[in-house]
Amino acid sequence: MEFIQTLLANELIVAVLLSLLPLVFIIIYALVVLYTEMKVAAHIQDRVAYMRTGWHGLLQPIADMLKLLQKEDIIPDKADKFLFRLAPIIAFVGTYAAYAVLPFSSIFIGSDINLGAFFLIAIGSLVVVGILMAGWASNNKWSLFGGVRAAAQMISYEIPTALAVVIVVMITGTLNLQEVTIFQDGGIGNWIVFGGPLPWLQKLMLMPFTIITLFILFVSSIAEVNRTPFDLVEAESELVQGFNTEYSGMRFAMFYLSEYANLFTVSALGVALFLGGWSSPFGSFMSGPVWGIFWFVAKAYVFVLIQIWIRWTLPRLRVDQLVYVSWKVLTPWLFVCLLAVGLILVL
Amino acid sequence: MLQPPTLPTDYTVKQGHIKTSTGKTIRTEEMIINMGPQHPSTHGVLRLEIVVDGEIIVDCIPHIGYLHRCFEKHCEHMTNYQQVIPYADRMDYCSAMTSEWAFALAAERMLKIEVPERVEYIRVIMAELQRIASHLIAAGTYGIDSGAFTPFLYTFIDREKILDLFEMTCGARLLYNYIWIGGLSHDLPPKFIEQAQEFVKYFRPRIKMLNDLLSYNEIFVKRTANVGVLPKDVAVNYAVSGPQLRGSGVNWDLRRDDPYSVYHKLEWEPQVGKGEMGTVGDCWDRHIVRMREMEQSLNIIEQALAGLPEGNVKAAIPKRIRPEKDAEIYVRTESSRGELGYYIVSDGTASPFRVKARGPAFVNLSVLPEIVKGAMIADLVLIAGSIDIVLGEVDR
Repeated sequence: MEFIQTLLANELIVAVLLSLLPLVFIIIYALVVLYTEMKVAAHIQDRVAYMRTGWHGLLQPIADMLKLLQKEDIIPDKADKFLFRLAPIIAFVGTYAAYAVLPFSSIFIGSDINLGAFFLIAIGSLVVVGILMAGWASNNKWSLFGGVRAAAQMISYEIPTALAVVIVVMITGTLNLQEVTIFQDGGIGNWIVFGGPLPWLQKLMLMPFTIITLFILFVSSIAEVNRTPFDLVEAESELVQGFNTEYSGMRFAMFYLSEYANLFTVSALGVALFLGGWSSPFGSFMSGPVWGIFWFVAKAYVFVLIQIWIRWTLPRLRVDQLVYVSWKVLTPWLFVCLLAVGLILVL
Repeated sequence: MLQPPTLPTDYTVKQGHIKTSTGKTIRTEEMIINMGPQHPSTHGVLRLEIVVDGEIIVDCIPHIGYLHRCFEKHCEHMTNYQQVIPYADRMDYCSAMTSEWAFALAAERMLKIEVPERVEYIRVIMAELQRIASHLIAAGTYGIDSGAFTPFLYTFIDREKILDLFEMTCGARLLYNYIWIGGLSHDLPPKFIEQAQEFVKYFRPRIKMLNDLLSYNEIFVKRTANVGVLPKDVAVNYAVSGPQLRGSGVNWDLRRDDPYSVYHKLEWEPQVGKGEMGTVGDCWDRHIVRMREMEQSLNIIEQALAGLPEGNVKAAIPKRIRPEKDAEIYVRTESSRGELGYYIVSDGTASPFRVKARGPAFVNLSVLPEIVKGAMIADLVLIAGSIDIVLGEVDR
């Protein structure tokens, strides 16, 4: 006990422990989503997916991870070895750092900084660097295509994401994700997607625009995590496996992990901005720091489920169509919302 | 020792220069990529050598022959015409029934054998079931090409039911050796007719579901309409046939225009592409023609099941197959992919002197370089998919 107390007295160790918590969360969460994705996909497709490893295949994701850990580490002969090794780390760091500002609960947030939402978008761009690096370093033409596509795609879709964040910032007046959540605390009616805790007339006028903004944020978040219908980066029928064609074993697993972790980040951003973050939908009922974690993860999980559902239903867009959607559909609509929200707030 | 094919064949890569805003010049160059033979969406071991400028295709050279199994040479060394049929199965393995039927038909015409009517009806039923199975693979893999994985598994559920019907008839599920020269290897099993009727009833709504899920999906339409347009004249000049030709708006179906078997007694409509979503002859047209042909095949099956006469299916099978010396024949049939013809020359012995297969997939593939120029890599995948090649038949 004394040992633990001295341990907790050391700020450095506490900081390390606290920063490791999200890692544990990411790994557990990635396994859960992996399992969910496989099962949901299977049931969409009239199959049962894995059934033999544990009850209904529950242990399969762990087995998959163990398998990837044991794989031979292959680096192509002509690859740029340094960049090849560095790329998955950068991609993962970009994803992982974003967890610092996610408000899991009213008392648990890695770093309660004032520019939370801004930091999230900025650090998320690091993933592009990792993917581009992987595509370049692999010395494979298909990988290069994947990398370049990733750059084009993610940069296009940062803009709608950022604009959607701006709209929320206009309503709440803060970039701090914790404060944004506190702003919406107190039941489902106070969520920003329903106009936030404003006078009812303003709420009613805001609602259509906030709903559109949430929808657009959701669409662009799918594009940012490279999932169908925007999975051009690793479009298997076109680019074999895209940027991770040459990756195997643990490096591949890191890309994989970062993809699933990113899936949560973008969902969590939508939840924190629009759906009340960790606050309970029933006001003070079932609310509190621990329930907060539950609500936050559960709401994000719903988003993830929708993304899985979309992935296994829709075909894929072409590169030009993808960029078209971002610049000519989503961005103009967001400008309309921006203008309207601004006007309503001034009124 | 075999020399590997040289790269590039006859193409010189164009180079250019771009001036940047800072006044530097950057050299640009077209890139040559090998798509295949180990690529997920070349539908087998097709190798496409593509020259790209960014993502836009400048040139495309298909290389074939990775699955060459000397089909034609093997035929010359069979001790019997009948022994060719398993080889014909392995040519177009996605549509084996129509393959073997074409060969059996050619041999029968050469020997001037009249087959009983029951045999003809059963053959029609089998061929149309096979056509549905083959088109299901085409539609499903086309879904994968466009990025939608789920329709593929749905089509395989339905195809499974057809394969079950085949299995109960002749024991085999992929390569049947069912249609023999002068007859069939087995008569229909007792419950076949009811089960086939059940399948017809089950499958009609499934086509609509597949159409709703894939064919009329907004993204899918956006991806395929106006892509890979194959104009009528180009299609005819390249001797394209089957759904691909009909997709270009040419109403040509050998089952109607060069009738064989009992197709002339049955009522059905060849389907043509009308350019509903874009231009006539685009990828969407080719896809939807296949989807609609499945419905027509169901009509044919229904009628054939209803009009199935009694009789012996082995009555006309000859003991010794030995055509006259110097007899030759070309018979063409409408397989799932188009005009499948066999040209057979006999030298009076028990084995054919020469067998030449005119495969639809091989001919249809030849038009690919013509229509992919200027498309993007993602389009190339869809265009190649819409041709619906089976490499077993392209390479033989």
